[in-house]
Amino acid sequence: MGKKPESNFVNMFVRLLVIVIIAGGLLGVVYTQTYDVIAAAKQKKLEAAIGYVVPVFDTLNTFKVMPATGKDSLTFYEAYNGDSLVGTAVKTYTDKGFGGRFNLMIGFSPEGVILNTAVLDHKETPGLGDKMDVKKSDFSVQFKGKNPATYKLKVTKDGGDVDAITAATISSRAFCDATQRAYDALKSKGGIK
Amino acid sequence: MNDQLKNLTKGFLKENPVFVLLLGMCPTLGTSTSAINGLGMGLATAFVLMLSNLVISLVKDFIPDKVRIPAFIVIIASFVTIVDLLMQGYLPALHEQLGLFIPLIVVNCIVLGRAEAFASKNTPISSLIDGLGMGLGFAFALTILGSVREILGSGALFGFPLHIFPTDAKGSPITILVFVLAPGAFIVLGYLIALVRKINN
Repeated sequence: MGKKPESNFVNMFVRLLVIVIIAGGLLGVVYTQTYDVIAAAKQKKLEAAIGYVVPVFDTLNTFKVMPATGKDSLTFYEAYNGDSLVGTAVKTYTDKGFGGRFNLMIGFSPEGVILNTAVLDHKETPGLGDKMDVKKSDFSVQFKGKNPATYKLKVTKDGGDVDAITAATISSRAFCDATQRAYDALKSKGGIK
Repeated sequence: MNDQLKNLTKGFLKENPVFVLLLGMCPTLGTSTSAINGLGMGLATAFVLMLSNLVISLVKDFIPDKVRIPAFIVIIASFVTIVDLLMQGYLPALHEQLGLFIPLIVVNCIVLGRAEAFASKNTPISSLIDGLGMGLGFAFALTILGSVREILGSGALFGFPLHIFPTDAKGSPITILVFVLAPGAFIVLGYLIALVRKINN
């Protein structure tokens, strides 16, 4: 045990400064070292979600569309196999989640039928709202193969066709809200034949 | 040697951070919704606790007494940020589950509490072992708490369905939902604290 330095102004100032500089430098190094890895991991996750909701494709046409409702734009990924459009993946969101905003990826066929859905991120209650993730329950499977032109994207309690997750009606409504937003945006930009 | 063994094992029952010291309640209640979440959070905390204890013990003679708390916080926050960045880059799946709670480790009073109560007064080796023991004790407590809540609230353990509850028309088990939510955490914690008290006495 060495002797503790005296708590005078110069000692406190200089020593705290040294600690902060070392900590800051260390964080800077780790941040720059992991920056590319983190970006790659996020990109990979996004690509995996696109691949999950649309059929096999070779080129992607990416653009942003501003929906009629909501504050932010949606991202469209039109998937082409050769020259023909095989589907459109729409990255959509809702602000009506129990834990705030969450993002979904919805795949539509050129006719506007929902091909598949994937949850990109969410803060819903574990054990309840998180069942919208296909890994946790079959809730999201019911959207597969439905055309929102005839399939009402509302929970049965609100007079729609969607069976809500037990005890997580708010999360289920939010899921429908995000899907409806994606469909409306796709329709308004003329993406449905 | 015996002292070191004591430093390692005291965190489990005698001085368990959650059940006896009642430190770090916020992440305890927030993350213990399932056994796997509790375990993940516990291990991440244990990792930070070990490193921060070691480093604080090494630099304790460099820091003037009056600014020790800010210095400790800077060291702890740096380690948490490093863990957060590394996890985001290399273990994105785990980060997705725990991402929200990793920054909470900074304000977890166990980490600062052990820095103040132990690492600032003991040798680096003892502090490292104390951090490991306390961290594992925390992980142990969170896993137990998470297991009880998952069994009662979701009818499963570590994600595997147990089929102990009757099922409804759609085939999903009818469980006691309150245990997944915050009030359930308090109820389970209360009973577990009582149980640990009984064992310790």
